[in-house]
Amino acid sequence: MISFVAQRVVKGAIVLLAIVVLNFFLIRLAPGDPAVVMAGEAGASDQIFVQQLREKFGLDKPLPEQLFVYVKGVVTLDLGFSFRQQAPVSKLILERLPATLLLTLTAFAISLMLGILFGTFAARFAGTWLDTAITIFALIFYAMPIFWVALMGILLFSVTVDWLPSFGYETVGANLTGLAHVADVARHLIMPAMTLGLFFMATYTRMTRASMLEVKRLDFVKTARAKGLSDAVIQRRHVLRNALLPVVTLAGVHSGTLIGGAVITETVFAWPGIGRLMYDALLQRDYNLLLGVFVICSAMVLTFNLITDLVYRLVDPRIEFTT
Amino acid sequence: MLRSPSGVIGLIILLLAVSVAVFGPMLFPNSPWRMVQRPFLPPFTLATVPLGTDALGRDVFAGMIFGARVSLLVGMVSTLVALVVGVPIGAMAGYFGGRVDDALMRFTEFFQTIPSFALAIVLVAILQPSIYSIVASIAVVSWPPVARLVRGEVLSLRTREYVQAAVVTGQSNTWIILREILPNTLSPVIVLASLMVATAILLESSLAFLGLGDPNLISWGYMVGAGRTVIRQAWWITVFPGVAILISVLGLNLIGEGLNDALNPRLSREGR
Repeated sequence: MISFVAQRVVKGAIVLLAIVVLNFFLIRLAPGDPAVVMAGEAGASDQIFVQQLREKFGLDKPLPEQLFVYVKGVVTLDLGFSFRQQAPVSKLILERLPATLLLTLTAFAISLMLGILFGTFAARFAGTWLDTAITIFALIFYAMPIFWVALMGILLFSVTVDWLPSFGYETVGANLTGLAHVADVARHLIMPAMTLGLFFMATYTRMTRASMLEVKRLDFVKTARAKGLSDAVIQRRHVLRNALLPVVTLAGVHSGTLIGGAVITETVFAWPGIGRLMYDALLQRDYNLLLGVFVICSAMVLTFNLITDLVYRLVDPRIEFTT
Repeated sequence: MLRSPSGVIGLIILLLAVSVAVFGPMLFPNSPWRMVQRPFLPPFTLATVPLGTDALGRDVFAGMIFGARVSLLVGMVSTLVALVVGVPIGAMAGYFGGRVDDALMRFTEFFQTIPSFALAIVLVAILQPSIYSIVASIAVVSWPPVARLVRGEVLSLRTREYVQAAVVTGQSNTWIILREILPNTLSPVIVLASLMVATAILLESSLAFLGLGDPNLISWGYMVGAGRTVIRQAWWITVFPGVAILISVLGLNLIGEGLNDALNPRLSREGR
């Protein structure tokens, strides 16, 4: 178990290192001499100042040395400086990270629970109107762009009936504390989390349904039935447990898409997370910040993949913690 | 394919969308960028501007017709590029095996781990938004599943007798891969490709929504993005283009499912 985790962590670290290297070259691809851009952002652009910046940030050094300095910086969580926001990139990201984690984890939980629930229902009543309804429902949500679902949500629940706030993390100026504050944030969280969750719910519904129908036909289910187990027990203990394996794999694969969806959702709902930060960086062409967010997103995805790998091994009794 | 009802519905939707994209601008030559009426004209009030106008008095219907071109073109071309990258990588990994396989698959996994939408945003932002950078970025983030699928297929085909026979008769590796193996991987690749076009359309619209569309081309995502700030006054500017995206993506997904049932009953839906 421990060696398995260690191995995965090392593998993840190597991938992350490769992403950081890729990032370094992406920054070099960005239009304009970084020193000139920085000088412009700092509000001065005479030659001496540009030269000073070049020396300060080591831009006059050979490329491999620059790469080394950059990688060393990222390892110590120094992701550069955002001149637009006048703050270190890592500080900006760390401030915004909790909001993104709250949003993505809530959306993930919603999508997984509803998806497995609906998928189980559809498989249980395969061929009936309920199955057809769930399948169509999932197909439609799977085809909707997230930004549009978000806007339709605002149109329905904020504009037409004034039930939910259309943007933000909390009511501005309300200065709520304790439980009232939690309730306020939760009210703001409902729409963004549902928006982000619905797309993934559709995928998990389809996956669970297909997977359950597949497992149902297998011999061990017949054996369980022959043993005289009740239908509920067979469904829960034999069919669902085995059918969930591909769903867990899919959840791991989707973690990157979840982060991408968060960028869109946070942008529409002005949710103060790193997705919104990425959008702001994009608008201001703040490449340091943009690529900093990108590295952190990749790190989040790697962590998430590691967790799903572990969960997979916990759910699947056949796999042991060797390789 | 024609036996599955969802496939037929999907095919009809796709044919409709393609004919709108191809012939629409000829039948409806109003430029989507031109002011034709007063701003915020509600839909269904004037027959000449059936879906109303946006905040600058531009025709929403014209925008949707011209947008179909961009969405479908970007979807198809970027999928083609992804196939051009992914198929050879997968074929080589599966055929040669060993170290080649290891190296190519690590490379593929690396690209699969990077959060795709975030990478697409970064690439388009750095290369500057244009139809080329958008197609390139979508292709860069969508080829890994192709490589993995083709590798898996090639891996199982490589040991078949007819391939062995070709090896024994002294055919070159290139000839065997191109003539004996790849044609047999075609059906699962077609299924995957139809689903990839759908995903590419969603990706393109999301990029355009964030302001990363080609500034010279109108697209559905751009229209929704532009209508977003005035959603309280004018719902139609965001609703109609979104419906267009929904219907096209739905159509392509249905086709993918129909093809899947028809061509390849074995392939499960997790390969995407």
